Amino acid sequence: MAYFDAASAEPLHPSGREALLAALADGWADPARLHREGRRAQLLLEQAREAVAAEIGCRPDELSFTTSGTQSVHLGVLGAVQARQSATRGPGHLVASAVEHSSVLNAADWLARRTGTEVTLTGVDHTGRADVAEFAAAVQRERTLLACLQSANHEVGTLQPVAEVATACQEAGVPLLVDVAASAGRLPVPDGWSLLAASARKWGGPAGVGLLAVRKGTRWREPFPSDDRENRRVPGFPNVPAVLAAAASLSATSRERPSADTALRALVSRVRSEIPRTVPDSVVYGDPDARLPHIVTFSCLYVDGEALVTELDRAGFSVSSGSACVADTRQPSHVLAAMGALTHGNVRVSLPRDVRPASVSEFLEALPPIVAKVRETVRAANAAAP
Amino acid sequence: MSRQQRSAQPGRRPGARAGVRRSAPGLEPQPVPAAGPQAPAPALTIDALGKKCPIPIIMLADRIGEVRIGQTVEVLADDPAAKTDLPAWCALKSHEFVGAAALPAGWSFLVRRSY
Repeated sequence: MAYFDAASAEPLHPSGREALLAALADGWADPARLHREGRRAQLLLEQAREAVAAEIGCRPDELSFTTSGTQSVHLGVLGAVQARQSATRGPGHLVASAVEHSSVLNAADWLARRTGTEVTLTGVDHTGRADVAEFAAAVQRERTLLACLQSANHEVGTLQPVAEVATACQEAGVPLLVDVAASAGRLPVPDGWSLLAASARKWGGPAGVGLLAVRKGTRWREPFPSDDRENRRVPGFPNVPAVLAAAASLSATSRERPSADTALRALVSRVRSEIPRTVPDSVVYGDPDARLPHIVTFSCLYVDGEALVTELDRAGFSVSSGSACVADTRQPSHVLAAMGALTHGNVRVSLPRDVRPASVSEFLEALPPIVAKVRETVRAANAAAP
Repeated sequence: MSRQQRSAQPGRRPGARAGVRRSAPGLEPQPVPAAGPQAPAPALTIDALGKKCPIPIIMLADRIGEVRIGQTVEVLADDPAAKTDLPAWCALKSHEFVGAAALPAGWSFLVRRSY
């Protein structure tokens, strides 16, 4: 059995588990209350905030905890755009790369529909890397209110040119939201962001914790009804035990990063080089070097993604896929489509921190016959169809 | 069908969102010059309407050898993944993706056999 879907959710780090259990006992009370239990929860929450702020390189008062990476992105995008919209100057313009996480595209779409904001999605090359010149040209357009770029792509692992894009945004006076969900805890947080979004379950924290950081001086206005929680950015009682677990996991993951990074990177390199040799008509996507340590994506011609994921699951390998038949939306992955990549027969392997190298070898051995079998089945089913 | 509607790059992102503008060259359908009277009709039409990917690609791979080098094959398909996968297959297999045109339901894709 091997779990290869760490890019969706990394298993809870042992340090996170320990912190969670301790905090369930000590941090259950409402941190907004003045009584002893409330003060204790408040103290724990602020300790977690300081630890996470140190890891991502911001001031504690710039950082708010949300309930997911998606909520972080939604609040970040809507709050930054709406703070700069005005009745006299119009709904403005938003720029994002075409391969952003669906939460960014959904927030942009929401703004387009509700407020008339114009949205420009800029292109990528065949590795999924954003085109800097095109992105820079787009942010220079008048009334550009926000630009969004991920630190690394969540489906193919390619690193994005955040530094170059940040310079272009700075020159144009446009705030930049950087979605670090795919890389947080695995790579240092890039400089140059005005707003930052992340998700704890991707670094081995629990589900239900996201980060939203808003740099001092960046205009932001609450897009939804608010209260006095989390610097007035995220309404509702925060999940203090989960936040503490997320902070503990992030600190531990960052400490272990150098060794884990080297090991995962070598395993992914092996997958990248072996699959094209052992699986006929297969292609590996993403940048071979400028990439996340733990993600590799490939497509096999003449195979349907759902059957492939099902057969791999049966053989004990848990992977995800950008093929339409597997996606929640029944649409092929917009990332693969923007890259001009093959969307059928797609598999994303993302290795968890504690992966056994032997399980990667087993996967590489099991894959060629499974692909061959699915190819036969697909052909037979089609031949039998009317 | 009018070849004037055919674009060299079909919308790369199926399910494009309302109000979302794409500035990326290549993301918008690029009109190709209208084929003149000398442009031959496809030598073969494959009807993959109602078939899910990868079936349209399998049908094309199986039958492209039936036309001569330089001739074209038309593939009719309505699975949204075909819009991405037909050009991607052509790039992988070094055949020429001539273009795509919208049908009332689905698309017509034109592929030229290169070897």
